[in-house]
Amino acid sequence: MRIIKAEQVTQSVRRLCIEANCHLTDDLKNCISACRSCEPFPVAQGILDQIIENYQIADENNVSVCQDTGMACVFVEMGQDVHVEGNLEEAIHEGVRQGYADGYLRKSVVRDPLDRVNTGDNTPAMIYYDIVPGDQLKITVAPKGFGSENMSQIKMLKPSDGLDGVKAFVVRVVEEAGPNPCPPIVVGVGVGGTFDKAALLAKKALLRPVDSRNDNPFYAALEDELLERINALGIGPQGFGGKTTALKVNILSCPTHIAGLPVAVNINCHVTRHQSEVI
Amino acid sequence: MSKKIQTPFTREDARSLKAGDSCLITGVIYTARDAAHKRLCELVAQGKPLPMDMENAIIYFVGPTPPKPGQAIGSAGPTTAYRMDAYSPALIAIGQTGMIGKGKRSAEVIEAMKKHGAVYFGATGGCGALLSKCIKKAEIVAYEDLGAEAIRRLEVEDFPVTVIIDSEGRNLYETGRAEYLRSLE
Repeated sequence: MRIIKAEQVTQSVRRLCIEANCHLTDDLKNCISACRSCEPFPVAQGILDQIIENYQIADENNVSVCQDTGMACVFVEMGQDVHVEGNLEEAIHEGVRQGYADGYLRKSVVRDPLDRVNTGDNTPAMIYYDIVPGDQLKITVAPKGFGSENMSQIKMLKPSDGLDGVKAFVVRVVEEAGPNPCPPIVVGVGVGGTFDKAALLAKKALLRPVDSRNDNPFYAALEDELLERINALGIGPQGFGGKTTALKVNILSCPTHIAGLPVAVNINCHVTRHQSEVI
Repeated sequence: MSKKIQTPFTREDARSLKAGDSCLITGVIYTARDAAHKRLCELVAQGKPLPMDMENAIIYFVGPTPPKPGQAIGSAGPTTAYRMDAYSPALIAIGQTGMIGKGKRSAEVIEAMKKHGAVYFGATGGCGALLSKCIKKAEIVAYEDLGAEAIRRLEVEDFPVTVIIDSEGRNLYETGRAEYLRSLE
Protein backbone atom coordinates (compact mmCIF):
# COMPACT_ATOMS: atom_id res chain seq x y z
CA MET A 1 0.00 0.00 0.00
CA ARG A 2 1.47 3.33 -1.09
CA ILE A 3 0.57 6.40 0.92
CA ILE A 4 -0.05 9.74 -0.80
CA LYS A 5 -0.77 12.80 1.24
CA ALA A 6 -3.89 14.80 0.42
CA GLU A 7 -1.73 17.94 0.24
CA GLN A 8 0.12 16.46 -2.77
CA VAL A 9 -3.21 16.09 -4.54
CA THR A 10 -4.12 19.70 -3.77
CA GLN A 11 -0.84 20.99 -5.18
CA SER A 12 -1.19 18.85 -8.29
CA VAL A 13 -4.77 20.02 -8.97
CA ARG A 14 -3.74 23.63 -8.34
CA ARG A 15 -0.93 23.40 -10.92
CA LEU A 16 -3.08 21.58 -13.48
CA CYS A 17 -5.90 24.16 -13.27
CA ILE A 18 -3.49 26.97 -14.14
CA GLU A 19 -1.55 25.02 -16.75
CA ALA A 20 -4.66 23.77 -18.56
CA ASN A 21 -6.25 27.21 -18.72
CA CYS A 22 -3.16 29.09 -19.93
CA HIS A 23 -1.48 26.57 -22.24
CA LEU A 24 -3.14 24.43 -24.88
CA THR A 25 -1.59 21.04 -25.57
CA ASP A 26 0.73 20.63 -28.57
CA ASP A 27 -1.54 18.16 -30.35
CA LEU A 28 -4.34 20.74 -30.40
CA LYS A 29 -2.07 23.59 -31.52
CA ASN A 30 -0.62 21.45 -34.31
CA CYS A 31 -4.11 20.47 -35.41
CA ILE A 32 -5.30 24.10 -35.56
CA SER A 33 -2.20 25.04 -37.59
CA ALA A 34 -2.74 22.14 -39.98
CA CYS A 35 -6.39 23.16 -40.46
CA ARG A 36 -5.28 26.74 -41.17
CA SER A 37 -3.03 25.41 -43.96
CA CYS A 38 -5.93 23.46 -45.50
CA GLU A 39 -8.60 26.16 -45.11
CA PRO A 40 -9.54 27.57 -48.52
CA PHE A 41 -12.01 30.28 -47.41
CA PRO A 42 -10.38 33.69 -46.76
CA VAL A 43 -12.72 34.77 -43.91
CA ALA A 44 -12.08 31.47 -42.17
CA GLN A 45 -8.32 31.85 -42.64
CA GLY A 46 -8.51 35.20 -40.85
CA ILE A 47 -10.38 33.71 -37.88
CA LEU A 48 -7.94 30.79 -37.59
CA ASP A 49 -5.04 33.29 -37.62
CA GLN A 50 -6.65 35.10 -34.67
CA ILE A 51 -7.08 31.81 -32.83
CA ILE A 52 -3.40 30.97 -33.35
CA GLU A 53 -2.28 34.44 -32.26
CA ASN A 54 -4.52 34.14 -29.21
CA TYR A 55 -2.99 30.93 -27.87
CA GLN A 56 0.47 32.31 -28.57
CA ILE A 57 -0.31 35.40 -26.44
CA ALA A 58 -1.64 33.14 -23.68
CA ASP A 59 1.52 31.01 -23.82
CA GLU A 60 3.86 33.99 -23.69
CA ASN A 61 2.06 35.88 -20.92
CA ASN A 62 0.77 32.94 -18.87
CA VAL A 63 -2.78 34.21 -19.11
CA SER A 64 -5.91 32.18 -19.72
CA VAL A 65 -6.64 31.37 -23.36
CA CYS A 66 -10.35 32.08 -22.88
CA GLN A 67 -12.24 34.11 -20.27
CA ASP A 68 -14.52 31.14 -19.66
CA THR A 69 -12.10 29.15 -17.55
CA GLY A 70 -14.85 26.63 -17.11
CA MET A 71 -16.06 24.25 -14.49
CA ALA A 72 -13.11 22.20 -13.32
CA CYS A 73 -13.78 18.62 -14.41
CA VAL A 74 -11.34 16.40 -12.55
CA PHE A 75 -10.73 12.80 -13.55
CA VAL A 76 -8.95 10.64 -10.99
CA GLU A 77 -7.49 7.26 -11.87
CA MET A 78 -6.69 5.82 -8.50
CA GLY A 79 -4.48 2.80 -8.20
CA GLN A 80 -6.10 0.26 -5.90
CA ASP A 81 -2.86 0.02 -3.93
CA VAL A 82 -2.90 3.73 -3.06
CA HIS A 83 -4.08 5.12 0.24
CA VAL A 84 -4.67 8.87 0.39
CA GLU A 85 -3.94 10.24 3.82
CA GLY A 86 -6.52 12.92 4.47
CA ASN A 87 -9.71 13.85 2.64
CA LEU A 88 -9.18 13.22 -1.09
CA GLU A 89 -12.35 14.92 -2.24
CA GLU A 90 -11.72 18.05 -0.19
CA ALA A 91 -8.08 18.06 -1.35
CA ILE A 92 -9.27 18.26 -4.97
CA HIS A 93 -11.70 21.10 -4.24
CA GLU A 94 -8.94 22.94 -2.38
CA GLY A 95 -6.63 22.56 -5.39
CA VAL A 96 -9.31 24.11 -7.62
CA ARG A 97 -9.84 26.90 -5.09
CA GLN A 98 -6.12 27.72 -5.02
CA GLY A 99 -5.54 27.30 -8.76
CA TYR A 100 -8.42 29.58 -9.76
CA ALA A 101 -7.32 32.25 -7.27
CA ASP A 102 -3.57 32.11 -7.94
CA GLY A 103 -3.98 31.73 -11.73
CA TYR A 104 -6.29 34.77 -12.08
CA LEU A 105 -8.96 32.47 -13.49
CA ARG A 106 -12.65 33.30 -13.60
CA LYS A 107 -14.94 31.95 -10.91
CA SER A 108 -17.89 30.67 -12.90
CA VAL A 109 -19.73 28.31 -10.54
CA VAL A 110 -23.06 29.00 -8.82
CA ARG A 111 -24.04 27.08 -5.68
CA ASP A 112 -27.49 26.14 -6.95
CA PRO A 113 -28.81 26.03 -10.51
CA LEU A 114 -31.90 28.01 -9.53
CA ASP A 115 -30.80 30.50 -6.87
CA ARG A 116 -27.60 31.18 -8.87
CA VAL A 117 -25.33 32.62 -6.18
CA ASN A 118 -21.66 32.44 -7.22
CA THR A 119 -19.56 30.29 -4.88
CA GLY A 120 -16.69 32.74 -5.42
CA ASP A 121 -13.92 30.15 -5.72
CA ASN A 122 -15.01 28.00 -8.69
CA THR A 123 -15.75 25.03 -6.46
CA PRO A 124 -17.11 22.47 -6.39
CA ALA A 125 -15.15 20.60 -9.04
CA MET A 126 -16.93 17.90 -11.01
CA ILE A 127 -15.00 14.80 -9.97
CA TYR A 128 -14.96 11.36 -11.58
CA TYR A 129 -13.10 8.43 -10.04
CA ASP A 130 -11.87 5.26 -11.69
CA ILE A 131 -10.23 2.55 -9.63
CA VAL A 132 -7.39 0.98 -11.62
CA PRO A 133 -4.62 -1.54 -10.89
CA GLY A 134 -1.34 -0.22 -9.48
CA ASP A 135 -0.05 2.19 -6.86
CA GLN A 136 -0.20 5.49 -8.72
CA LEU A 137 -2.69 8.32 -8.78
CA LYS A 138 -3.32 9.99 -12.14
CA ILE A 139 -5.13 13.31 -12.07
CA THR A 140 -6.51 15.05 -15.15
CA VAL A 141 -8.00 18.52 -14.95
CA ALA A 142 -10.22 19.49 -17.88
CA PRO A 143 -11.74 22.97 -17.47
CA LYS A 144 -14.99 22.91 -19.45
CA GLY A 145 -16.50 26.08 -20.87
CA PHE A 146 -20.25 26.29 -21.13
CA GLY A 147 -20.69 27.98 -24.48
CA SER A 148 -19.95 24.58 -25.95
CA GLU A 149 -21.33 22.52 -23.05
CA ASN A 150 -24.75 24.12 -23.63
CA MET A 151 -24.74 22.84 -27.23
CA SER A 152 -24.23 19.20 -26.21
CA GLN A 153 -27.04 16.66 -26.55
CA ILE A 154 -27.92 13.08 -25.70
CA LYS A 155 -30.39 10.78 -27.44
CA MET A 156 -31.64 7.31 -26.63
CA LEU A 157 -31.77 5.86 -30.14
CA LYS A 158 -33.45 2.55 -30.97
CA PRO A 159 -31.28 -0.41 -31.97
CA SER A 160 -33.02 -0.28 -35.37
CA ASP A 161 -31.68 3.27 -35.87
CA GLY A 162 -28.26 1.62 -36.12
CA LEU A 163 -25.09 3.15 -37.44
CA ASP A 164 -26.91 5.55 -39.77
CA GLY A 165 -28.94 6.85 -36.84
CA VAL A 166 -25.80 7.51 -34.84
CA LYS A 167 -24.14 9.35 -37.72
CA ALA A 168 -27.23 11.45 -38.43
CA PHE A 169 -27.59 12.42 -34.77
CA VAL A 170 -23.95 13.50 -34.35
CA VAL A 171 -24.03 15.63 -37.50
CA ARG A 172 -27.40 17.12 -36.52
CA VAL A 173 -26.13 18.17 -33.08
CA VAL A 174 -23.20 19.99 -34.68
CA GLU A 175 -25.42 21.64 -37.29
CA GLU A 176 -27.95 22.80 -34.69
CA ALA A 177 -25.14 24.23 -32.58
CA GLY A 178 -23.93 26.21 -35.59
CA PRO A 179 -21.86 29.23 -34.50
CA ASN A 180 -22.77 29.06 -30.79
CA PRO A 181 -20.01 26.78 -29.40
CA CYS A 182 -17.14 28.79 -30.98
CA PRO A 183 -16.20 26.55 -33.89
CA PRO A 184 -13.85 25.02 -34.86
CA ILE A 185 -14.94 22.47 -32.30
CA VAL A 186 -13.78 19.13 -30.96
CA VAL A 187 -16.62 16.60 -30.88
CA GLY A 188 -16.71 13.98 -28.13
CA VAL A 189 -19.09 11.09 -28.77
CA GLY A 190 -20.14 8.40 -26.30
CA VAL A 191 -22.02 5.40 -27.72
CA GLY A 192 -23.58 2.65 -25.63
CA GLY A 193 -23.79 1.97 -21.89
CA THR A 194 -26.65 3.68 -20.08
CA PHE A 195 -28.03 7.24 -20.26
CA ASP A 196 -25.41 8.55 -17.82
CA LYS A 197 -22.56 6.36 -19.06
CA ALA A 198 -22.92 7.60 -22.63
CA ALA A 199 -22.64 11.20 -21.43
CA LEU A 200 -19.54 10.44 -19.36
CA LEU A 201 -17.94 8.62 -22.29
CA ALA A 202 -18.59 11.64 -24.51
CA LYS A 203 -16.84 13.87 -22.00
CA LYS A 204 -13.93 11.44 -21.61
CA ALA A 205 -13.62 11.28 -25.41
CA LEU A 206 -12.66 14.97 -25.30
CA LEU A 207 -9.59 14.04 -23.23
CA ARG A 208 -8.15 11.96 -26.05
CA PRO A 209 -5.46 13.83 -28.01
CA VAL A 210 -6.75 15.22 -31.31
CA ASP A 211 -3.91 13.48 -33.15
CA SER A 212 -4.82 10.06 -31.74
CA ARG A 213 -6.36 7.18 -33.68
CA ASN A 214 -9.13 5.12 -32.15
CA ASP A 215 -7.77 1.68 -31.14
CA ASN A 216 -10.76 0.09 -32.81
CA PRO A 217 -10.46 0.32 -36.63
CA PHE A 218 -14.25 0.47 -37.03
CA TYR A 219 -14.55 3.48 -34.76
CA ALA A 220 -11.39 5.06 -36.22
CA ALA A 221 -13.06 4.99 -39.64
CA LEU A 222 -16.30 6.33 -38.16
CA GLU A 223 -14.41 9.24 -36.57
CA ASP A 224 -12.90 10.10 -39.95
CA GLU A 225 -16.22 9.86 -41.76
CA LEU A 226 -18.04 12.02 -39.20
CA LEU A 227 -15.30 14.65 -39.32
CA GLU A 228 -15.59 14.77 -43.08
CA ARG A 229 -19.39 15.09 -42.99
CA ILE A 230 -19.23 17.80 -40.32
CA ASN A 231 -16.66 19.77 -42.30
CA ALA A 232 -18.87 19.54 -45.39
CA LEU A 233 -21.58 21.52 -43.54
CA GLY A 234 -19.80 24.79 -44.32
CA ILE A 235 -20.37 26.37 -40.88
CA GLY A 236 -16.68 27.21 -40.58
CA PRO A 237 -14.68 28.99 -37.87
CA GLN A 238 -17.04 31.13 -35.75
CA GLY A 239 -19.86 30.21 -38.12
CA PHE A 240 -18.78 32.73 -40.75
CA GLY A 241 -18.44 29.96 -43.37
CA GLY A 242 -15.54 27.70 -44.21
CA LYS A 243 -14.19 24.19 -44.15
CA THR A 244 -12.90 24.05 -40.57
CA THR A 245 -16.05 23.44 -38.52
CA ALA A 246 -14.52 20.64 -36.42
CA LEU A 247 -10.92 19.78 -35.61
CA LYS A 248 -11.55 16.18 -34.56
CA VAL A 249 -14.24 13.68 -33.68
CA ASN A 250 -13.35 11.31 -30.85
CA ILE A 251 -15.59 8.35 -30.02
CA LEU A 252 -15.69 6.09 -26.98
CA SER A 253 -18.00 3.09 -26.95
CA CYS A 254 -19.30 0.68 -24.34
CA PRO A 255 -21.51 -2.44 -24.22
CA THR A 256 -25.20 -1.64 -23.87
CA HIS A 257 -28.63 -3.22 -23.32
CA ILE A 258 -30.43 -5.29 -25.98
CA ALA A 259 -33.11 -2.59 -26.17
CA GLY A 260 -30.87 0.46 -26.30
CA LEU A 261 -28.54 2.60 -28.37
CA PRO A 262 -27.63 5.67 -26.29
CA VAL A 263 -25.60 8.35 -28.07
CA ALA A 264 -24.19 11.43 -26.36
CA VAL A 265 -22.42 14.29 -28.10
CA ASN A 266 -20.31 16.56 -25.92
CA ILE A 267 -19.09 19.58 -27.84
CA ASN A 268 -15.94 21.46 -26.95
CA CYS A 269 -14.70 24.65 -28.56
CA HIS A 270 -11.26 25.12 -30.09
CA VAL A 271 -10.05 25.75 -26.53
CA THR A 272 -10.21 22.06 -25.61
CA ARG A 273 -8.22 22.02 -22.38
CA HIS A 274 -6.83 19.19 -20.31
CA GLN A 275 -3.64 18.52 -18.41
CA SER A 276 -2.64 15.42 -16.48
CA GLU A 277 -0.15 14.49 -13.80
CA VAL A 278 0.79 11.15 -12.26
CA ILE A 279 1.62 11.11 -8.57
CA MET B 1 -10.46 46.87 -45.08
CA SER B 2 -11.89 47.51 -41.61
CA LYS B 3 -14.31 50.37 -40.90
CA LYS B 4 -13.42 52.58 -37.95
CA ILE B 5 -16.16 53.11 -35.40
CA GLN B 6 -15.98 55.79 -32.72
CA THR B 7 -18.43 55.69 -29.82
CA PRO B 8 -21.06 56.97 -29.15
CA PHE B 9 -22.54 54.67 -31.79
CA THR B 10 -25.60 56.40 -33.20
CA ARG B 11 -28.58 54.87 -34.99
CA GLU B 12 -27.29 56.43 -38.19
CA ASP B 13 -23.92 54.73 -37.62
CA ALA B 14 -25.72 51.46 -37.01
CA ARG B 15 -27.78 51.77 -40.18
CA SER B 16 -24.65 52.40 -42.27
CA LEU B 17 -23.19 48.96 -41.53
CA LYS B 18 -23.81 45.71 -43.39
CA ALA B 19 -23.51 42.08 -42.31
CA GLY B 20 -19.97 40.91 -43.03
CA ASP B 21 -18.33 44.32 -42.45
CA SER B 22 -15.11 44.19 -40.42
CA CYS B 23 -14.97 47.04 -37.91
CA LEU B 24 -12.57 48.42 -35.31
CA ILE B 25 -14.30 50.05 -32.35
CA THR B 26 -12.66 52.85 -30.38
CA GLY B 27 -14.19 54.59 -27.37
CA VAL B 28 -16.36 53.49 -24.46
CA ILE B 29 -18.40 50.29 -24.35
CA TYR B 30 -20.10 48.52 -21.43
CA THR B 31 -20.00 44.90 -20.35
CA ALA B 32 -23.08 42.96 -19.27
CA ARG B 33 -24.09 39.33 -19.38
CA ASP B 34 -26.91 37.18 -18.00
CA ALA B 35 -27.28 38.40 -14.41
CA ALA B 36 -26.63 42.09 -15.20
CA HIS B 37 -29.12 42.02 -18.09
CA LYS B 38 -31.76 40.63 -15.76
CA ARG B 39 -31.23 43.50 -13.32
CA LEU B 40 -31.14 46.15 -16.06
CA CYS B 41 -34.44 44.94 -17.47
CA GLU B 42 -36.03 44.92 -14.02
CA LEU B 43 -35.08 48.62 -13.74
CA VAL B 44 -36.50 49.33 -17.19
CA ALA B 45 -39.75 47.59 -16.24
CA GLN B 46 -39.99 49.66 -13.06
CA GLY B 47 -39.20 52.89 -14.94
CA LYS B 48 -36.09 53.47 -12.83
CA PRO B 49 -32.79 54.98 -14.09
CA LEU B 50 -30.05 52.61 -15.29
CA PRO B 51 -26.47 52.68 -13.97
CA MET B 52 -25.22 53.77 -17.40
CA ASP B 53 -26.63 55.75 -20.30
CA MET B 54 -28.15 53.38 -22.84
CA GLU B 55 -28.51 56.03 -25.55
CA ASN B 56 -26.16 55.11 -28.41
CA ALA B 57 -24.47 52.49 -26.22
CA ILE B 58 -22.66 49.32 -27.25
CA ILE B 59 -22.90 46.43 -24.80
CA TYR B 60 -20.26 43.70 -24.85
CA PHE B 61 -21.48 40.31 -23.61
CA VAL B 62 -18.43 39.30 -21.60
CA GLY B 63 -17.39 38.13 -18.16
CA PRO B 64 -13.61 38.67 -18.00
CA THR B 65 -11.06 36.83 -15.92
CA PRO B 66 -9.49 38.88 -13.11
CA PRO B 67 -6.59 41.10 -14.28
CA LYS B 68 -3.05 40.09 -13.41
CA PRO B 69 -0.96 42.87 -11.86
CA GLY B 70 -0.24 45.39 -14.63
CA GLN B 71 -3.17 44.34 -16.80
CA ALA B 72 -6.22 46.57 -17.42
CA ILE B 73 -8.42 43.48 -17.63
CA GLY B 74 -7.99 39.72 -17.84
CA SER B 75 -8.96 37.57 -20.81
CA ALA B 76 -12.13 39.05 -22.25
CA GLY B 77 -13.74 37.29 -25.22
CA PRO B 78 -17.46 37.21 -26.05
CA THR B 79 -20.01 34.91 -24.45
CA THR B 80 -22.87 33.23 -26.34
CA ALA B 81 -25.48 35.88 -27.08
CA TYR B 82 -28.74 33.93 -27.23
CA ARG B 83 -28.88 33.94 -23.43
CA MET B 84 -29.44 37.70 -23.65
CA ASP B 85 -32.27 37.34 -26.20
CA ALA B 86 -34.93 37.71 -23.51
CA TYR B 87 -33.49 41.09 -22.50
CA SER B 88 -31.98 42.79 -25.56
CA PRO B 89 -35.23 44.05 -27.19
CA ALA B 90 -36.12 46.13 -24.10
CA LEU B 91 -32.65 47.72 -24.04
CA ILE B 92 -32.64 48.39 -27.78
CA ALA B 93 -36.01 50.11 -27.35
CA ILE B 94 -34.49 52.60 -24.89
CA GLY B 95 -31.47 53.49 -27.01
CA GLN B 96 -28.91 50.68 -27.17
CA THR B 97 -27.46 50.56 -30.68
CA GLY B 98 -24.81 47.86 -30.56
CA MET B 99 -24.21 44.41 -29.08
CA ILE B 100 -21.01 42.40 -29.19
CA GLY B 101 -21.23 38.66 -28.67
CA LYS B 102 -21.14 35.41 -30.61
CA GLY B 103 -23.75 32.95 -31.79
CA LYS B 104 -27.32 33.10 -33.04
CA ARG B 105 -30.02 35.63 -32.02
CA SER B 106 -33.79 35.26 -31.82
CA ALA B 107 -36.33 36.65 -34.27
CA GLU B 108 -37.53 39.06 -31.55
CA VAL B 109 -34.05 40.57 -31.15
CA ILE B 110 -33.64 40.95 -34.92
CA GLU B 111 -37.07 42.62 -35.16
CA ALA B 112 -36.07 45.13 -32.46
CA MET B 113 -32.78 45.79 -34.29
CA LYS B 114 -34.64 46.50 -37.54
CA LYS B 115 -37.29 48.63 -35.88
CA HIS B 116 -34.94 50.88 -33.90
CA GLY B 117 -31.67 50.63 -35.84
CA ALA B 118 -29.12 48.46 -34.04
CA VAL B 119 -26.27 46.12 -34.97
CA TYR B 120 -25.13 42.77 -33.60
CA PHE B 121 -21.37 42.44 -33.82
CA GLY B 122 -19.32 39.29 -33.35
CA ALA B 123 -15.92 39.16 -31.70
CA THR B 124 -13.91 35.96 -32.08
CA GLY B 125 -15.02 33.49 -29.41
CA GLY B 126 -12.25 31.81 -27.46
CA CYS B 127 -9.79 34.62 -28.19
CA GLY B 128 -9.99 36.40 -24.85
CA ALA B 129 -6.24 36.84 -24.45
CA LEU B 130 -5.98 38.54 -27.85
CA LEU B 131 -9.05 40.75 -27.43
CA SER B 132 -7.99 41.95 -23.96
CA LYS B 133 -5.05 43.75 -25.61
CA CYS B 134 -7.52 46.21 -27.18
CA ILE B 135 -9.07 47.07 -23.81
CA LYS B 136 -7.09 49.92 -22.29
CA LYS B 137 -9.11 50.59 -19.16
CA ALA B 138 -11.82 48.80 -17.21
CA GLU B 139 -13.81 49.97 -14.21
CA ILE B 140 -16.84 48.52 -12.50
CA VAL B 141 -19.85 50.85 -12.69
CA ALA B 142 -22.53 48.60 -11.18
CA TYR B 143 -23.31 45.27 -9.53
CA GLU B 144 -19.88 44.59 -8.06
CA ASP B 145 -21.48 41.70 -6.14
CA LEU B 146 -21.80 39.82 -9.42
CA GLY B 147 -18.02 39.44 -9.75
CA ALA B 148 -17.14 38.59 -13.36
CA GLU B 149 -20.73 39.51 -14.29
CA ALA B 150 -20.55 43.08 -12.90
CA ILE B 151 -21.14 45.91 -15.39
CA ARG B 152 -17.82 47.40 -16.46
CA ARG B 153 -17.07 50.54 -18.43
CA LEU B 154 -14.37 49.67 -20.94
CA GLU B 155 -12.18 52.01 -22.91
CA VAL B 156 -11.28 50.18 -26.11
CA GLU B 157 -8.96 50.94 -28.97
CA ASP B 158 -9.40 49.34 -32.39
CA PHE B 159 -11.41 46.49 -30.88
CA PRO B 160 -11.92 44.04 -33.80
CA VAL B 161 -15.47 42.91 -34.58
CA THR B 162 -17.50 41.71 -37.56
CA VAL B 163 -21.11 42.68 -38.24
CA ILE B 164 -23.06 39.42 -37.89
CA ILE B 165 -26.60 40.83 -38.12
CA ASP B 166 -27.21 44.31 -39.50
CA SER B 167 -30.10 46.74 -38.98
CA GLU B 168 -31.94 45.29 -41.97
CA GLY B 169 -31.74 41.76 -40.63
CA ARG B 170 -29.07 40.44 -42.99
CA ASN B 171 -27.24 37.61 -41.24
CA LEU B 172 -23.61 36.64 -41.83
CA TYR B 173 -24.23 33.17 -40.37
CA GLU B 174 -26.55 32.51 -43.32
CA THR B 175 -24.72 34.39 -46.07
CA GLY B 176 -21.19 33.33 -45.04
CA ARG B 177 -22.01 29.63 -44.99
CA ALA B 178 -23.88 29.89 -48.30
CA GLU B 179 -21.01 31.78 -49.90
CA TYR B 180 -18.48 29.17 -48.78
CA LEU B 181 -20.63 26.31 -50.09
CA ARG B 182 -21.11 28.14 -53.41
CA SER B 183 -17.34 28.57 -53.68
CA LEU B 184 -17.01 24.78 -53.76
CA GLU B 185 -19.27 24.35 -56.76
